[in-house]
Formats: sequence, structure tokens, C-alpha cells
Amino acid sequence: MADAVLAVRNLCKSFSALKATENVSLDLKPGEIHALIGPNGAGKSTLIHQIAGTLAPDSGDIDFLGRPVGHLGVVERARMGLGRSFQVSSLAPEFSALRNVMLAVQSRQGSSFRFFRPVMRDASLIEPAMASLERVGLATRARVPAAELSHGERRQLEIAIALALGSQAFLLDEPMAGMGPEGSRSLTGFLDRLREEAPILLVEHDMDAVFALADRVSVLVYGRIIASGTVDQVRADPEVRRAYLGDPA
Amino acid sequence: MTISRETAINVTLALVLLAMPFVALQLGKPFYVTLATRMAILGLAAVGLNLALGLGGLVSFGHAAFFGVGGYAAGILASHAFAGQPLNLGLFALPGTNQMLVVWSVAVLAGGLLAAAIGMISLRTSGVYFIMITLAFAQMTYYFAISWPAYGGEDGLSITIRNVVPAINTLIPINYFLVCYALLLTALLIFALIRGSRFGAALQASRQNELRVASIGIAPFRVRLVAFIISGMITALSGALYADLNRFVSPSMLSWHMSGELIIIVVLGGVGRLWGPVAGAMLFVVFEFVLGGLTERWQFFLGVALLAVVLFARGGLIGFLAGRMRHG
Ligand SMILES: Nc1ncnc2c1ncn2[C@@H]1O[C@H](COP(=O)(O)OP(=O)(O)OP(=O)(O)O)[C@@H](O)[C@H]1O
Ligand SMILES: [Mg+2]
Repeated sequence: MADAVLAVRNLCKSFSALKATENVSLDLKPGEIHALIGPNGAGKSTLIHQIAGTLAPDSGDIDFLGRPVGHLGVVERARMGLGRSFQVSSLAPEFSALRNVMLAVQSRQGSSFRFFRPVMRDASLIEPAMASLERVGLATRARVPAAELSHGERRQLEIAIALALGSQAFLLDEPMAGMGPEGSRSLTGFLDRLREEAPILLVEHDMDAVFALADRVSVLVYGRIIASGTVDQVRADPEVRRAYLGDPA
Repeated sequence: MTISRETAINVTLALVLLAMPFVALQLGKPFYVTLATRMAILGLAAVGLNLALGLGGLVSFGHAAFFGVGGYAAGILASHAFAGQPLNLGLFALPGTNQMLVVWSVAVLAGGLLAAAIGMISLRTSGVYFIMITLAFAQMTYYFAISWPAYGGEDGLSITIRNVVPAINTLIPINYFLVCYALLLTALLIFALIRGSRFGAALQASRQNELRVASIGIAPFRVRLVAFIISGMITALSGALYADLNRFVSPSMLSWHMSGELIIIVVLGGVGRLWGPVAGAMLFVVFEFVLGGLTERWQFFLGVALLAVVLFARGGLIGFLAGRMRHG
């Protein structure tokens, strides 16, 4: 546990009577992809929201880079290097893909209070932003407004933004959703290399991708983690098969 | 080099407004110089509002507070200068002044401080709550001015002789127009620079998606607060000019009508468009003058025009003429 980049301990969150997160503990170690799977409504996104700071847990601790971050807001956690993509993409819709990434670059440079120099002629913003777009394969779409991108492209753009932030950990909520098989395959290859840069907590319904990528898998059902382990261990777990993997038995 | 349609329209607007008072003088109608000055000043006030409303999406229904504070800065300083009595601020005393450069600085400073105070509280809310809170703060300044007999209370305060600028005789209407016009152009330049800057990017992104901005480590609140302060400063400057144009300040500069008119001007001209506030102010003053001469109910027709803009020409006059806005 000591060297975990991200550690969640005994996290609880209820929406009135509904226990969306029930005593959840998990961690993310350097260089790994930790997949979080579970049926619809299991509480996966709710957990991501609490880690990122958009939702406050009722109780429990979250440590990031060895520091407790439970009392910090979204902004501070992002600044520490927690990069995320949203299940329902969340972008500046009027801005081009490029400008969306440039904003992340400027945030990383800590320089949003400059009032005069035009950003569209600022190579120190444009070049790193283009580099991020290229890495996710979106360079040709750089000038297209985010609102006009396809679902899959918006997902890619969110990842490019997280890259540009220089994230120390990635929280990706269903990055494959809305992508065709071709897109999923290339994103799978990309995430496989990305883990070298920073570990990934990956929420995903695409089991091919999960089984290909994950170093560890945790299974969330009704807010509780019912199993956690390697891909093989989790696939063999009878409770998981019953609850999620659609085992007829 | 190709010139965009919007740029061509902006240049035309700039030239029309500049030419107006000169043509008026040629035609022997000096009153129109005052109308053109009014357009420039209201345009300037609306440029201030456009920074908050257009770039930041902050629907402030309280910009009259800044407009009026700028006006009172001019009126109060001038009255002290005229009476030869220093202005006692408790800790220290400030001599009155009839120097516009000083008046403008004080107005901008006061507008900025007031915007900081109002923004600190109201920017914690959004949507309708933000509209209502900014309105409430502006109404507080309005009632404060009414109940402050030292500076005229309800009756307002006259500026006996228009304040002065070194080397320019501001008593000559066309000179005063040119002073106002130059400040308008300066404010537009500042607006354009801010819009294209890093700060402008963060501000516009905060309008489009606050959660996204926070998720990359930029605090929308801080960005909005700074924008609101700059916005208040520009509008306060226009208030000082307005007081000097009329040589009179009254609580009506602080009333919600004024805040509403500024919003109408921005919407008529084109929210977020560089020259939208100027186009809107020109339309507004023409409406007020032409229709106001024909009917008592000119504001009804203004309302109809506004409705038409909101329903059929989302980007106001500039949007109607130049098409949709592009962000690059
Ligand atoms: N803000 C909220 N208020 C009340 N209930 C909520 C709220 N957000 C989520 N829930 C409920 O909490 C449960 C968990 O939702 P969550 O979105 O975390 O599921 P998920 O595992 O991400 O599902 P999916 O796979 O469909 O994305 C659901 O029953 C959902 O209806
Ligand atoms: Mg979800």
C-alpha cells in the first residue's frame, strides 16, 4: 500500500436510502491499469466522482501521491495531477479540440491570469496541445469545435486533455463507449502504453478491452466490491460470474 | 490579407459613430453631437458589461451600481473642488478635483472595489440567483444614494462646470465626444486583447463548462471574479463620463432601469461580440430619440425589438449582419 499512487479506504456514500458506495477500498499502483467493472448503476461513476472531488463522500479517506486529499476541491486535486475523463463527455463545446487542450496546457503552466498575449499565436500552448492531440490520433480534427466531434472523438479529446495536464494518475470513465470496434482497438493499444506514464483507474464495460489491459480488476455490485484480483482470478470467481459476467449457472 | 465580414462591419460602425457629430455640426444640428457622445458612453458602459455577460456568461442585473458609482465619483470630486472643501474620508482627506484624469482613476478604482465586494458574494451563486443578488446589491447602492443628503439625495448632484482634461477644452461638445470616443476605442482594444488571451480562454471556457475548467485545475470562481472586477471598472469609467456629459448625477444612474438598459444594449448589439455593445448603444439611442419623440411608450417598441432579436437574431445586430461567432 505504501507505494500506491492513489489509495481509497472505507469510502461510503449514500443518496438518501441508496448506498451508492459501501465501504469501498482500492488502490492504484505505479504502472498499472486497475479496471473497475460492474453492472449499470453499481456506483462506478459515483466512485470516480468522489475520487476526483466532484462528489463528497459521507466517510472514508482518499490519498493521492501520499497525501490525504479528502478536504481538497476538484481544482486542487486536478492541479496535483489527477486527470479524468467523464462518462458523458464534458468539454468546452464552442472551443475547437485544439483550444480545449490548450486550456489544459495553460493550466499546467499555471498561467491563466495573463491578459494580453494572444493564445492563438502562442507556440508554448499550441505545440504541446498538438502533441497531445497527435498522441490520441485527433490531430487532423484539431480545428473542429468540440460540439461537432463524434462521441468517440470527444472521448479521445478528453484523454488528450488529461495527457496535456501531465497527469500523475488517470481516472477514465468508460473511454471506449461510443467508439467503433476499430476505435476501441486502437484506444486499447494506446492505454496499454499509457500506463507507463501514469497508472489508470479504468471503468469499462468492454470486457475484451478490460481483459486485455487490466493488471487488476475490481468488481463493484450495489456499491460494494465483491471481488478484486488478477483477470484470471476475477473471471474464475463464482460470485462475479453470477452477478456480472452473465454466467447462466 | 482577407478581412472578415465582422471586421468590415466593425470598421463601418466605428466610422459612422465618428462621423456623426461632424456631420451634425455641418448640418448645424449641435444636439446630435450630444447624442453621439451618449452613444459612445453607453457603448463603453456596455463594453464593460459585455466582458462579464458576453465572455463570462455572468448575467449581471446590477451594473448600474458601477455606472452610478463612477458618476458619483465625478460629481462628488467636482463638487468638493467647486466648494474648495477637501473630501474627508476619515483616515485622510482628499482634495476635490476637476481634473478628469483624476476623476477617471477614482471612478475606476471605486468601481473595481465595489465589483470585488459584490462579486465575492454574488459569484458564489449562478443562474437566476446571480441575477437577483446583483440586482439586490445595485438597489442597495440606489437607496443609499437617495438617503444621503450630503450629495443631493433624491435630487442628485449638479456638476457646475464640466471637469477638464489637460490641453483639451472639454466644454466644446465635439472635443468631449472625441475624449469619450477615444476611451471607447481603448476599452474595445482591452476587450479584444482579453478575449484572445489565456485569461479570456479560461473565462469563456468557464461559461461553456465550469466542471471542465475545474477538472483541469483552473478555479472558475477566481477567473470570474477578476473578470467581474474589470467589467465593473470599465462601466464605472463610463459613469464618470456620463455624469460629465449631463453635468449632473442622480440616483437614477444606480437604478435597476439602468442595469436593464445595459443588458438590452448588449443583447441588441450582440452578446460577446466585440462591437456588439457599440451597435447596441447606437440602436438604443436612436430608438430612444426617434421613438421617444413620437410616443411616450417608446420602451414598448424597444421591448418588441428586443423580443425580435431574442427570437430571430440570436447574435444581435452584429450576429445578424456578420453570422455566427467563431473561436478558432
Ligand atoms: N446525484 C445522485 N443522486 C441520487 N442518486 C444518484 C446520483 N448519482 C447517482 N445516483 C444513483 O447511484 C447509483 C450509482 O450510479 P452510478 O452512476 O455511479 O453507476 P455506474 O456504475 O456508473 O453505472 P453505469 O454503468 O450505468 O454508468 C445509481 O442507482 C444512480 O441512480
Ligand atoms: Mg457510470
